[in-house]
Amino acid sequence: MTSNLRRRRLFSRFFETLCALAVIIALIPLAMILFYVIKEGFGALNVDFFTRMPKPVGESGGGMANAIMGTLILIGIAALFAVPIGCLCGIHLAEFPGTKFSSVVRFAADVLNGVPSIVIGIFAYGILVLPVKRFSAIAGGVALGLLMIPIVVRTTEELIRLVPGGLREGALALGATRSRAVFGVILPAALPGILTGILVALARVAGETAPLLFTAFNNRFWSTNLTQPMASLTVQVFTYAISPYDDWHRQAWAGALLLVMMILLLSIAARLAVRRLERMNRT
Amino acid sequence: MMMTETRRRDAAEPAGEDASVPLRNDVATRERNAAVSAPGPAASSPPQSKISVRDFDFYYGAAKVLHGINLDIPDRKVTALIGPSGCGKSTFIRSINRMNDIIPEARASGTILIDGQDVYGGHADVVELRRRVGMVFQKSNPFPKSIYDNVAYGLRIGGMRNKRQLDEIVERSLTRAALWHEVKDRLHTSALALSGGQQQRLCIARALAVDPQVLLMDEPASALDPIATSKIEELIYELKENYTIVIVTHNMQQAARVSDRTAFFMMGRVVEYAETNAIFMNPKQKMTEDYVTGRFG
Repeated sequence: MTSNLRRRRLFSRFFETLCALAVIIALIPLAMILFYVIKEGFGALNVDFFTRMPKPVGESGGGMANAIMGTLILIGIAALFAVPIGCLCGIHLAEFPGTKFSSVVRFAADVLNGVPSIVIGIFAYGILVLPVKRFSAIAGGVALGLLMIPIVVRTTEELIRLVPGGLREGALALGATRSRAVFGVILPAALPGILTGILVALARVAGETAPLLFTAFNNRFWSTNLTQPMASLTVQVFTYAISPYDDWHRQAWAGALLLVMMILLLSIAARLAVRRLERMNRT
Repeated sequence: MMMTETRRRDAAEPAGEDASVPLRNDVATRERNAAVSAPGPAASSPPQSKISVRDFDFYYGAAKVLHGINLDIPDRKVTALIGPSGCGKSTFIRSINRMNDIIPEARASGTILIDGQDVYGGHADVVELRRRVGMVFQKSNPFPKSIYDNVAYGLRIGGMRNKRQLDEIVERSLTRAALWHEVKDRLHTSALALSGGQQQRLCIARALAVDPQVLLMDEPASALDPIATSKIEELIYELKENYTIVIVTHNMQQAARVSDRTAFFMMGRVVEYAETNAIFMNPKQKMTEDYVTGRFG
């Protein structure tokens, strides 16, 4: 019996160590990426980087003001496009979970989620760039939005389903119609979670490069015109990183650092928003 | 087997008011009610029936859970539904305001008349019905909104926008639900910060705000401590002056304390329905007696 207990302890110890090891292995790349990006990028990150335009080849200095603005505009378009569609779609799935149509939609959302982002880019290129023969911010925003939609759909669906059934019954028992109950009671109750889902989706697409390569393309100048090509941090980083110039490499590192920080910031904002809304909901 | 026994007993006691015997005629029912309750001091005049249930069956898919329910629920009285778990009393109370409609594959047949109007009739409007028939649930379910917004919810969806009118009705409803003095200084804080008993009274206030005629209560105090429970019971006692109340309860003492009439449900049938005193002191059916004396259930 004693030997049995010892064997079990040993087994337990062994698997605990294994789990700890797996965690460390998973964290190493993240730590290394952060370390390397900060080490290489921090030096080039200065006020000029945020406020200046890119300099022509050969001149040192300059910044990525246009690309920063571009990324903000592009994810703005993506959110405007994806949030209403995704939320309404998620509400439908949560409200009519058993229908054939819903299972088709759910499957479609999962497939869309798995489509490589470059394919989404080609699609947006085909329907929004080719007909007008011009790269545009709208095409880029829509491509990013298409990537967001499935994430928003599934989060909305799951969070609405988590709302206690009693709330729905309470609203219906007071003579609310079904849509009234959903939009007045159930959706607001699920809102904190849905908001996090949206911010997480935004953080994800903010880091996309492939779908922008032949939709928003790039722009060396300041532009807020939605029908014109638009710079973005990711494409700018890509362009600079594959260039042969040292100065551009430094800028690419700085851009990468900024991207990582933006995503970190979005995640923190998501957390704070949830905490605030939850506090409002509970006390 | 149960049915045959019930019928036989009923035949042996013609005066026994047993609702499991189908009654087609309203007038006949009234006469019978009058005949039965004539000796009782409380009901010298026949109770006006607010809700008349006739041959009501209910199915979840293929499973029949209510069998030929016949009940006459009097106006401005408290009617308690008692019976063991799974006997169909909750299904029945939820049929009165058609809350079961949201369950897929649920189906009803027979009629439930409120003031002579068929709840399940072809042109019956569920939304309108639920505004006339309020409901309080077993688990208090305040919306994650402020106390004020909870009570105003039913009014707002009814289209009321006038701030003064809203304020007035919110105050009146909270007062009726015996909650006003506890919350008047924090109307605009979240309802979820209230205690369990307060939340349940808030739900009652919310139901009263739309001025229903009938109030359905599905085990309203089962999740509350004794003090909160007694508050709810006092409240029920006061509310019956203005409302017809139907209450499902597992608590026999509660049924005896708050109700005027009691229906004993068993396996989807009404075994016995009479004055509450009669059910508890002098039940006609052996099964009722066994249940109220705690021999089973």
